[in-house]
Amino acid sequence: MTNHFEFGLDAFLPVTVDRSGSPVSGDQVIRNTVEEAVLAEAVGIDSFNIGEHYRTEFMDSAGHVILAAIASRTERIRLGTSVTVLSTQDPVRLYTEFATLDALSNGRAQLIVGRGSLTDSFPLFGFDLADYEELFEEKLDLLVRLLREQPVTWSGKFRSALTDQLVSPPIPEGHIPTWVGVGGSPQSVVRAARFGLPLMLAIIGGRPERFAPYVELYRRALEQYGQPELPIGLHSLGFVAETDEDATKIQWPFYKEQFEWAARERGWRPPTYEQFQAEVDHGSMYVGSPETVARRIATVIRTLSLSRFDLHYAIGRVPHEDRLAMIDLYGREVMPRVRELLAEAPETDDALTTGVSS
Amino acid sequence: MMAVAANELVEDFVSPAGAAADDLRLGIVGAGKLGTTLARAAIAAGYEVAISGSGQADDIALTVEVLAPGAHAATTGEVVRHADMIVLAVPTHRFRELPPDLFAGKILVDAMNYWEPVDGDDPELATAPDGTSKVVQERFPSARVVKSLNQLSYHQLDENQRPTGAPDRIAIGSAGDDRLAVRKVMRLVHRLGFDPVDVGPLENGLALEPDGSPLAVTYTADELSKLASG
Repeated sequence: MTNHFEFGLDAFLPVTVDRSGSPVSGDQVIRNTVEEAVLAEAVGIDSFNIGEHYRTEFMDSAGHVILAAIASRTERIRLGTSVTVLSTQDPVRLYTEFATLDALSNGRAQLIVGRGSLTDSFPLFGFDLADYEELFEEKLDLLVRLLREQPVTWSGKFRSALTDQLVSPPIPEGHIPTWVGVGGSPQSVVRAARFGLPLMLAIIGGRPERFAPYVELYRRALEQYGQPELPIGLHSLGFVAETDEDATKIQWPFYKEQFEWAARERGWRPPTYEQFQAEVDHGSMYVGSPETVARRIATVIRTLSLSRFDLHYAIGRVPHEDRLAMIDLYGREVMPRVRELLAEAPETDDALTTGVSS
Repeated sequence: MMAVAANELVEDFVSPAGAAADDLRLGIVGAGKLGTTLARAAIAAGYEVAISGSGQADDIALTVEVLAPGAHAATTGEVVRHADMIVLAVPTHRFRELPPDLFAGKILVDAMNYWEPVDGDDPELATAPDGTSKVVQERFPSARVVKSLNQLSYHQLDENQRPTGAPDRIAIGSAGDDRLAVRKVMRLVHRLGFDPVDVGPLENGLALEPDGSPLAVTYTADELSKLASG
């Protein structure tokens, strides 16, 4: 049922610490990330995807440049985003960057586009948050046309119109598979179906089975819009070490620190260890030994009929060395074990086998 | 600050079977994460629910059919006509797009929160000395605004509905100046599967906002009463 299944890693490039606890400089974090991606390819991971943030704790503000560096050091791994904040990007510029990346990498570029959960990019690039919804709709429309049907004749509200416009470099048909990232907004699920784009669910809290109705909504919407069946992916947080104990010991302090910052900013209560453990045991957070994490991933793949699973590897300022060790375990142990578990699983007839570039 | 624990109100709560039909109608403006989650919970509690998005009923028909089966997809005008109690569950940066007299005489449950990182810079909401629901009340002067159902994330609302008396039943606060309206909203909270807590007049709703500790934390009624009166 899962003869084509993709395992990805997602990186937001948090400014890490070294193993002695001292902060690493931002430029070093960017170079370290390239090494992490090179290792990801060596251990068989299918894709490496970079986020987009504009705040001092993350170094992923120009992911396409980092992906280009990774492209020159690798041959097989797919290179994408997790997630491109499309509402504040110019689709023409985004097209040129990723079409160029696709050429450099010999056809390995991919995208996840979404509205993003943070809004720092709106004031930074001069957009009005009140236009949040309209901006995304319009920009997705233009991006999809640039990817599918050049030359493009198009007009919209937020940028100059295009008439019979060709944008270079050209890409072969079906290149730059573009997924729509959704964090729980039903309208976004329906929109992905309307545009005929695959769906990437981002689940960062709560029980993943709660998203089964969204999967159903996506299927029904695809049918309603006369679209073919399309794959569904999941983005979630996690960390793998040799044992459950080690994984928690390394991850918990950084998780705590990260969420304490978020809590201060958003007025939440910082999470307790019990809440962390509850997310690990029942939520969509994959922290533990390779066996523990593989079992949880296999379960969620079956529950939500997924074709792609992207792990946001290591939460917070976890050191580069621990990230490398985690990537190694993920590729060499977790992924083969998930495939094994899925092969053992009772047949379910609702899993999709559609390839992402179809 | 007055904080009334749920058990003091039990005699107020009639079972859905005995409730008047117009007491079991609920309107929800906003068909996003929160709106559809509340619609599903209200249907399960025996309510007749009408829900609207920002456009035509057809735009949200499939979403409502799949995520909240049994609810009626409607326009916002129809939602307001459907019920005396309306939950406002639109993105916080968009509530000012609704006409000021839209909810005249209605109980308006303000389930919104203002988070600058998500809603953008909004000086009026950011500096509201008596909480954002006061700003909502000023925007809709003829509505009977009650701040409630804002405290929990939509997945917490989804995962924590419990029958009366369950040991792990958690609390949701309500604040409003119209005391009868507050009682009615508390009855809704109770039927949805949560212990209702009266946290007093609308300005006390500040205690339920992101800078107050109850947000996105699950509390029992006693804990929440203590916090709200502390």
